[in-house]
Amino acid sequence: MSSLVISDLDCQRGYNQLFSNLSFQVSAGEVLRITGTNGSGKTSLLKILAGISASENGDINWEKHSVKSDEYQQEIFYLGHHAALSGELNSLENLEFLSALNKSTDQRKLIQALNDIGLKGYEEEYCANLSAGQKRRVILAGLFVSTAKIWLLDEPFTALDPAGVKIVESRIEQHCQNGGLCVFTTHQDSALANQRVLAL
Amino acid sequence: MNVYIKTLSRDLRVALRNPSSVLNPLLFFVISVSLFPLAISPEAATLSQIAAGIIWVASMLAVLLSLNALFHHDYENGVLEQMVTSHHSLPLLILSKIFAHWILTGIPIILLSPLLGVFLFLDDEGIKVLMITLLLATPSLSLIGSIGASLIVGIKNSGMLLSLLILPLYIPILIFASSAVSQAQFGLAIDGQLYFLAMFLVLSLMSAPFVSAIALKISLE
Repeated sequence: MSSLVISDLDCQRGYNQLFSNLSFQVSAGEVLRITGTNGSGKTSLLKILAGISASENGDINWEKHSVKSDEYQQEIFYLGHHAALSGELNSLENLEFLSALNKSTDQRKLIQALNDIGLKGYEEEYCANLSAGQKRRVILAGLFVSTAKIWLLDEPFTALDPAGVKIVESRIEQHCQNGGLCVFTTHQDSALANQRVLAL
Repeated sequence: MNVYIKTLSRDLRVALRNPSSVLNPLLFFVISVSLFPLAISPEAATLSQIAAGIIWVASMLAVLLSLNALFHHDYENGVLEQMVTSHHSLPLLILSKIFAHWILTGIPIILLSPLLGVFLFLDDEGIKVLMITLLLATPSLSLIGSIGASLIVGIKNSGMLLSLLILPLYIPILIFASSAVSQAQFGLAIDGQLYFLAMFLVLSLMSAPFVSAIALKISLE
């Protein structure tokens, strides 16, 4: 079974050593929840896993592909802290562009994804006029069209209402049942099945 | 639709829905050129001599003014992070953004230049060569500018730094382009200057997207 293998990872930001010799493994079908206090390196770890930052030491491998390889980059879906939306574009246009960066998807599926995340009727609304939670939902709608195996989600539940959290959690569970894996950070408790916790 | 065309059309759409960001540099271009006759002399002989230089300096500064916006918003709202994690080629994605920048600043400058040329008593031959040099060299301005813009993307209030980084690289273009126009006014051959500008365009087209991609990755770390 394929798995994401992380070995001996180091991370330093400024003068602070955030973590060192960090090794863990996430197999397909598993969810890894990363917890830790503010500034403990949760976001930095996800950025390293996404290939945005480089770590000084250590290896990240997915089916023998390293983090820099195209094969790895094709398999990741990364959701950062930021909204990643342009206020001048509407929900559908934003989602269309973001999903095209991973894989082109036809418009009907994107509208369906916006429906699934609970934004029916907001497809044509400019993102500048959406609330923080609705903006978060627009990006999270990307989960419904993503074909990537490795999901790296940084605080996916921020600004979401309990109903929104449920929708996203059930999508993550569905993803894992289909052989994907998910690494996410959160300060909230989560009721996800098959969940392991990594405390930084 | 291809992801690179989508990036291009997205940038154009964002800019057209927020037109002030596009219009500001163009207004600066037109206003600064039109102030020279008032300040120096309204005489045709004087103005036609310095017309090429004025229009070229103004267009260069206008492009410089617009460069800050090239990556800034996408950096702030996290779209650049998404572009870096995409498996599509980052240099080509950046090239699409640069192309959009050229369509929004370079092309309007080229289209406005004959009007301003007439305004400064530039003769027909001069206007023709001015437009050719702008067509050849404004893409280079956007391309080279993207290197500077990507280097300073994480830094606040970096306008001055951008000028310091980029202007030295713009100087050769300025010298060859304005000398081409003034030589054409005297009926001299300008092949050499045009070849140089074309060489500069090819060189920046080959290198700028790759250098910008590396600089952006460093800025995002």
